[in-house]
Amino acid sequence: MFKYAVRRILQSIPILLIVLTLVFLVVRVLPGDPAVAALGDYASQESVNALREKLGLNQPIWMQYIDFFGNLVTGDLGKSAITGYPVARQVRRVLPFTLELTFFAIVLGYILGIPLGISAAVHRNTFIDYFNRIFSLLGLSVPAFYLGILLILVFAIIFPLFPVVGGGDFWDLRDNFRHLVLPGLALGLLMMAYVTRMTRSSILDVLREDYVRTAHAKGLLERIVLYKHVLRNALIPIVALGGLYAVVLIGSSVMVEIVFSRPGLGKLMVGAIKQRDYTTLQSVMVIYAVMVVIINLVTDLIYSFIDPRIKYN
Amino acid sequence: MDGTEVFVGISQRRRMWTAFLRNRTASVGGVLAVFIVLVAIFAPLLSPYDPLAQDASARLAGSSAAHWLGTDDFGRDVLSRIIWGSRVSLIIGFFSVVAGLLIGTGMGMVAGYYGGKTETLIMRAVDVLMCFPDLILAIAVTAVLGSNLVNLIITIAIVMTPRFARLSHGQLLKMKESEYVIAAQAIGARVPRVLVRHIFPNIFGELLVAGTLWVGVAIRLEANLAFIGLGVQPPTPTWGNMIRQGVDVLINAPGISIYSGLSILITILAFNTLGDGIRDMIDPRLRGE
Repeated sequence: MFKYAVRRILQSIPILLIVLTLVFLVVRVLPGDPAVAALGDYASQESVNALREKLGLNQPIWMQYIDFFGNLVTGDLGKSAITGYPVARQVRRVLPFTLELTFFAIVLGYILGIPLGISAAVHRNTFIDYFNRIFSLLGLSVPAFYLGILLILVFAIIFPLFPVVGGGDFWDLRDNFRHLVLPGLALGLLMMAYVTRMTRSSILDVLREDYVRTAHAKGLLERIVLYKHVLRNALIPIVALGGLYAVVLIGSSVMVEIVFSRPGLGKLMVGAIKQRDYTTLQSVMVIYAVMVVIINLVTDLIYSFIDPRIKYN
Repeated sequence: MDGTEVFVGISQRRRMWTAFLRNRTASVGGVLAVFIVLVAIFAPLLSPYDPLAQDASARLAGSSAAHWLGTDDFGRDVLSRIIWGSRVSLIIGFFSVVAGLLIGTGMGMVAGYYGGKTETLIMRAVDVLMCFPDLILAIAVTAVLGSNLVNLIITIAIVMTPRFARLSHGQLLKMKESEYVIAAQAIGARVPRVLVRHIFPNIFGELLVAGTLWVGVAIRLEANLAFIGLGVQPPTPTWGNMIRQGVDVLINAPGISIYSGLSILITILAFNTLGDGIRDMIDPRLRGE
């Protein structure tokens, strides 16, 4: 297990290096000069040159590449081309909001989705199952931002129970939670749909196994077969696929942040694109990529830990 | 195939079709998908008004006999814009998935067939692309390419390609040692022939299921990009940019956002149920459930 973990971590490093290189290149091929973007179309050539010099854009590309990695290692994400503020500071301010939102959605999705999935599988082809299936199909189909708008309409405009915009004061628990409920629901309900569907099909798969038939044949109580034999095995793919869905949720969180005008990485990224603030864009993409690499790594490790049948070569 | 079915002589295709029709959700999805495609094709005939025609005297009007779904803040008929908007969604959804399928499947099959360094190179490239959530990748590519219809198709095809590559790679590895593949190789068939004529038809079912489901994903991606302002630009109606415009007048005219969003929801739902239905039809283990 330990050996596998070390090997898996080592395997992630080259992928991460290539991903970071890709981000570096993508930002370099974006149309338009970042210095012109920052200063506006009517800026004098001297001031554009001065800013290019300051941002390191006059250096040959390989020097910029080395600087990019050098700075990343020291945690320096550079300065925003538009505002001049250190990007790391901006990221530190908004990252907790994105992490909080995604974490809340994942937890909500599992808490609601697993019982719903179990009930759907156990009562297969009954009203409960159909209701669950329709509900999870709707959840899989609805775009997060649309769900967000509907929630705003109902719970902030028609019944003004929650604030519409912003993330509130992160460290004020009450204020934070009030601002988290609607965006969290918009994202959490999607996660719930994934988990419900996954739980249902995973349990149905396990119910077909021979050892479940044996357990029934031994005369064990239905409840014991379900919780001791079926659920334990069915949970393996549910946990494993959770990582995959967490990645999907991180993508959807961008939309939720924009609909609710909530501070976060996604809002920072879209703002950076609109303002052509390439330093910020580059940093946000790096952080997203690192998050995904870490999630994939942790998912694999959890998977190998909970399912001893899996042998990695 | 069991004995009874041989006796009654029902063909494989007929049996799959019956299974599809018997699956109520799938057939509803299929009918809906066909309906939406027809609406997009016949938009000029179905649309009651010109989707770009402005009427200053009827701004933000509610539902009425003249405007079933009301009008937007320029006095344009919402229903007509929704009908025309279906074209953008479906064109982008369909073509990006087909392009992703062709390129991705090619990559995945070549990687799996040759193995070794080719496989490592291709599949690691796929891993790298999959390190970005779909939307983040799409936003970055749109920022580079710009956002017109063709570029959006290319953008979403780039997002779809690694998905198809991974799927077809996995499927190919399962098929690689099959007797029919070895037989084809033994009679001296060239690699492209083995891949295209022998292996592809056998993994096509899986690709079709995934492709149908991913048309929904592609449509949602397009709507997301349009909502952010990176999709096809107004005044051309797309469902995503209509929702965005509707948000500004959400209190006075919630209908604009609600109806446009509902169109996206129903379309994605249709492709999702259709994809599920095709899967049930193809996968004998699930048939009849």
